[in-house]
Amino acid sequence: MTAQLLTFYLFSGVILISSLMVISTKNPVHSVLFLILSFLNAAGLFVILHAEFLAMILIIVYVGAVAVLFLFVVMMLDFKTSINKDNILQYIPIGILIGVVFIAELIIVLINTKFDLSNIQVLPNPLSDFTGKSNTEAIGSVLYTDYILYFQLSGVILLVAMIGSIVLTLREREGVKRQVVSEQLQRQGKIDLVDVKSGKGVDI
Amino acid sequence: MISLAQTYFIEVMTIILYCLLIFVPLLLGVVMALYADRKIWAAVQKRRGPNVVGPYGLFQVPADGLKFIFKEIILPDGSDKTVFLIAPIITLALSITAWAVVPVQAGVVLANINVGILYIFAISSLGVYGILMAGWSSNSKYPFFGALRSAAQMVSYEVSIGFVIITVLLCVGSLNLTEIVMAQKTMWFFIPLFPMFIVFFISALAETNRPPFDLPEAESELVAGYQTEYSGMPFVLFLFGEYINILLMCAMTTILFLGGWLPPIDIYPLNAVPGFVWFLLKVIFVFYLFAMVKAFVPRYRYDQLMRLGWKVFLPLSLFAVVATSSILFFFNLAPGM
Repeated sequence: MTAQLLTFYLFSGVILISSLMVISTKNPVHSVLFLILSFLNAAGLFVILHAEFLAMILIIVYVGAVAVLFLFVVMMLDFKTSINKDNILQYIPIGILIGVVFIAELIIVLINTKFDLSNIQVLPNPLSDFTGKSNTEAIGSVLYTDYILYFQLSGVILLVAMIGSIVLTLREREGVKRQVVSEQLQRQGKIDLVDVKSGKGVDI
Repeated sequence: MISLAQTYFIEVMTIILYCLLIFVPLLLGVVMALYADRKIWAAVQKRRGPNVVGPYGLFQVPADGLKFIFKEIILPDGSDKTVFLIAPIITLALSITAWAVVPVQAGVVLANINVGILYIFAISSLGVYGILMAGWSSNSKYPFFGALRSAAQMVSYEVSIGFVIITVLLCVGSLNLTEIVMAQKTMWFFIPLFPMFIVFFISALAETNRPPFDLPEAESELVAGYQTEYSGMPFVLFLFGEYINILLMCAMTTILFLGGWLPPIDIYPLNAVPGFVWFLLKVIFVFYLFAMVKAFVPRYRYDQLMRLGWKVFLPLSLFAVVATSSILFFFNLAPGM
């Protein structure tokens, strides 16, 4: 019952309220802004757990990059015509289904660990000894050794997704003039300084 | 409950005092930076610059500030008023928050956290939201274009800043800013990592929307970019946020490449000078470079800016990460190996 607990309730309370606002505000841009607020508070929860590296990565990747692009796209939508709040109730069944799945997973994990989070039998590999290591070192020491396969796999998946989306949107357009900087820089020798005589002009 | 209040009251009061110790010099620094910026710019163009208000025009910036405070705050009719007013507050608050982890001398820092450099990177990547929100909520074309340009520009240059930071971290072996400075005791990092120093400096210009990358507020095309609809106090908040960010980038350059508070050579008359004086001198030097670039270089075209970020800096910094780690690995120089 200390400041830590109070901070936890503050962060989680803001997460819950802002998540609710994400789906209930009429304006999509406000939704994205509330989503960013809940990301930030989730980072705060990580800090309370002494996982400051994860907190910073969450802010850098999700808030600093992904949500910016998200906001970037949503800002350009003409949302006055695309909003239709009447049929929002039709999504309730699938929402309940996803919620039930999440709660079931949480319950399974909690039963397996017998409410003792130091018991780590649910993890696929046993964790190394992290005493005396900082957060960042601890993550690095397992991510690039024990979990290298998963790490590489997720990297390859992201690479394929990136190349795939580039290939899907790439199209050659006719008659587009491009600036080739190296050619411009090499033009030096072709430029002549000509002393033009008054009244006589110059031959080009 | 009373004991709880007693325990935390003194602590909270001390923290507030420390925050003021950062905030007040920072505000003073911004005022001086604004003045120095105008004076340097004027000197390059053979003008006098501000020289009427106070001795040598020193009170010009406070006078401008007073003028802005007493001006009416105009809220555009079609704007999203909450977001419109939150945007400048976010810009200023974020730029000040980042200073919490900047060490000005050995041990003189508000929060000496383990992931200091990541914290600054995270906070400065949030800075784009102030601009995006301002541009969108103004509900006007020029601010919107400014915001779009700014978002694309800042996200692009953040990538290469991230890679440059990684090359420095490879040589340090820690994310703590104090340890980054202490690792430069034998040699400042701008000597072995000189190309990365240049990349970082130019990316810092782009990240803070300084000329020649000030396209988000290019007055010849977009009136004043995302600030077009702002007046009075909110405008001042933007201005101060922008300059605090510039000073932060100067401090970052100092910490990452110019040895922070360390003296140039560790001999008697130089190392007797207190560390924060060296730190201040280096920050002023980097700011001088920022101001000179503003005076010298014409504004980039937007596609050239994007080309520089993605086709020049990104491959260069990516190559530098691989090259640095290879060299450190093969010559057994890597810290902690």
